Amino acid sequence: MFEIKKVGKQTIKFANPPVILETSSIVGPKEGEGPLKDTFDYIADDMYFGEKSWERAERKFLEEAVKIVLNKRKQTSQDIDFLLAGDLLNQIISSNFAASTLGIPFFGLYGACSTMYEAIILASVLIDGGFAQKVIAATSSHYATSERQFRYPTEQAVQRPLTAQWTVTGAGAMLLGTPDQGEGPVVTFATVGRAVDAGAKDPMDMGSAMAPAAVDTIIAHLEDTGRRVEDYDLVITGDLGSVGRSIAIELANINGYDLSKNFNDCGILIFNPSQDTHAGGSGCACSAVVTCGYIMKALREKKYKRILGIGTGALMSVTSIQRQETIPAIGHAVAIENV
Amino acid sequence: MKLKEVNKVSLLWAFLIGGAICLAGQLIMDLTPYEISTGHVLVGYVTLGALASALGLYQPLVDIGGAGATIPLSGFGHGLVQGVLSSIKNQGIMGVFMGGIAANAAGIAAAVIFGYIMAVLFNPKG
Amino acid sequence: MAGFTGPEDTSRLKKQFDHSKKQYEQEKYQKIAQKHVPKASIFRNSLNAFLMGGLICAVAQALFNLISSAGFTVKEANTIVAVIMIFLGAFLTGIGIYDSIAKVGGAGAMVPITGFANSIVAPAMEFKKEGYIFGIGARMFSTAGPVLVYGIVTSIIVGLIAFTIM
Repeated sequence: MFEIKKVGKQTIKFANPPVILETSSIVGPKEGEGPLKDTFDYIADDMYFGEKSWERAERKFLEEAVKIVLNKRKQTSQDIDFLLAGDLLNQIISSNFAASTLGIPFFGLYGACSTMYEAIILASVLIDGGFAQKVIAATSSHYATSERQFRYPTEQAVQRPLTAQWTVTGAGAMLLGTPDQGEGPVVTFATVGRAVDAGAKDPMDMGSAMAPAAVDTIIAHLEDTGRRVEDYDLVITGDLGSVGRSIAIELANINGYDLSKNFNDCGILIFNPSQDTHAGGSGCACSAVVTCGYIMKALREKKYKRILGIGTGALMSVTSIQRQETIPAIGHAVAIENV
Repeated sequence: MKLKEVNKVSLLWAFLIGGAICLAGQLIMDLTPYEISTGHVLVGYVTLGALASALGLYQPLVDIGGAGATIPLSGFGHGLVQGVLSSIKNQGIMGVFMGGIAANAAGIAAAVIFGYIMAVLFNPKG
Repeated sequence: MAGFTGPEDTSRLKKQFDHSKKQYEQEKYQKIAQKHVPKASIFRNSLNAFLMGGLICAVAQALFNLISSAGFTVKEANTIVAVIMIFLGAFLTGIGIYDSIAKVGGAGAMVPITGFANSIVAPAMEFKKEGYIFGIGARMFSTAGPVLVYGIVTSIIVGLIAFTIM
């Protein structure tokens, strides 16, 4: 009776691939000076975004991203079946507040910086499973709220190491729907990542912690689907940064896969080297705004036919870091295609 | 005119000694694993300064370097220990407990009051 | 109960084996990852720390010279200089400049007493939203607290030893 849509060990093959109907991206001033500035819907003038605290600003970023995606498609929050959202702050508080304002039935998710891709996978599952017609996946992050929670107060005198990454300020939202609702790139496959603990401990070097998880998922995806790296116009990770990307290429190479040609990272794309972020961008919003902005634009303009996006997340807590525990990481992959 | 000469030389020594003490801190930060943070370095400096002072090793540094030795945080450790040691002479065992903070009371009070005022007046810029 | 020790032992051995296998894999990976980690220029960092630290101390010395020439004793002048430097560190942190100084100067900006003032103002300002008592009041000492604790503990231990010897 049941048609099982899972292929291989970790991959879901969608029978009726959900369509990405609309996306929105909204960023802070530093991201607005970066190379992708023309792909965002809105660039805030300052990190406070007119609010009295950074935490409130992050909440507003998320709310606004969802509102923009609704407006673009001329929908109201009543038209949406579910909101899947998450962020980096303790108990995903930004998402909880945004959801309470928006009033859409809400699943709160935590996958650290991989949350956007976790949300896209679950949204697609809900839609292909027949449980929903329209689902919004959204995430946010904020440089100052993350620094304060995970590292140092922003004005503290510290020297960031060269492996450090810069948490992207902003939010991205994606409206997915059943295939009958319109044209657009579709989600064909999703490979759910395994949490991989490679023994990394340095909270200022997330690239090293996350690269093995990203490669683990990429390999699982290729094995499960029988596809090759070359079948994709672009394989793009969420926020490995320059350090993590170069480790990932070597790890893939050890396992017999060549990632050196069509493999990039959202964290590398979003900032110029001159912006002094060291290893690149990070945070939930990093993969969210690049996917919802730059990548979707390229897909809609048919610059790419088929991409594989891998949201990467470092699954640590402040307490685990203080106790010098290792940092497990995860990568969730989604294949998005023009059909 | 002689005072001016002395002052100029004192600036140079303060620069050299202070710079060297900070350079050592930078080497500690750069050459040790990531676990050694700013907090560890500051605590290490105040403790090492106190111990060096107890062994009579820090005072010569102050004699040559002036502010170059008193302004780094190791100078605070030195100030605490010298405060304790000098008040033992007058107050005995009570001096052990009172001397250190008494000798540095102005600095500690300044840190608290200026820290408080600045935190009330300003907001972080990010 | 010989019958029970068998399976228990093997499961313990298997656990140990799995554990060391994981450790081995993790160590193998760390070796690969280390090759890709960019190293900061220790020479440039050290030079910057030396120059910045030296500069801050020279400014303090200039203040000291000025104050002592106004007729204050060495002890008084030292205290006044410390207070002024703490004020400067706190003020530059408040207006958002000190973190940029530290970005260049590294330990040269952290180790002087101005850096101590920064370590008080930065968290206090950041956590002001949590209130004036548990925000500013408590967080001021997140780094300064340990410094005071270890400084005072060390000086009292030294004092006790000196007192016993004398």
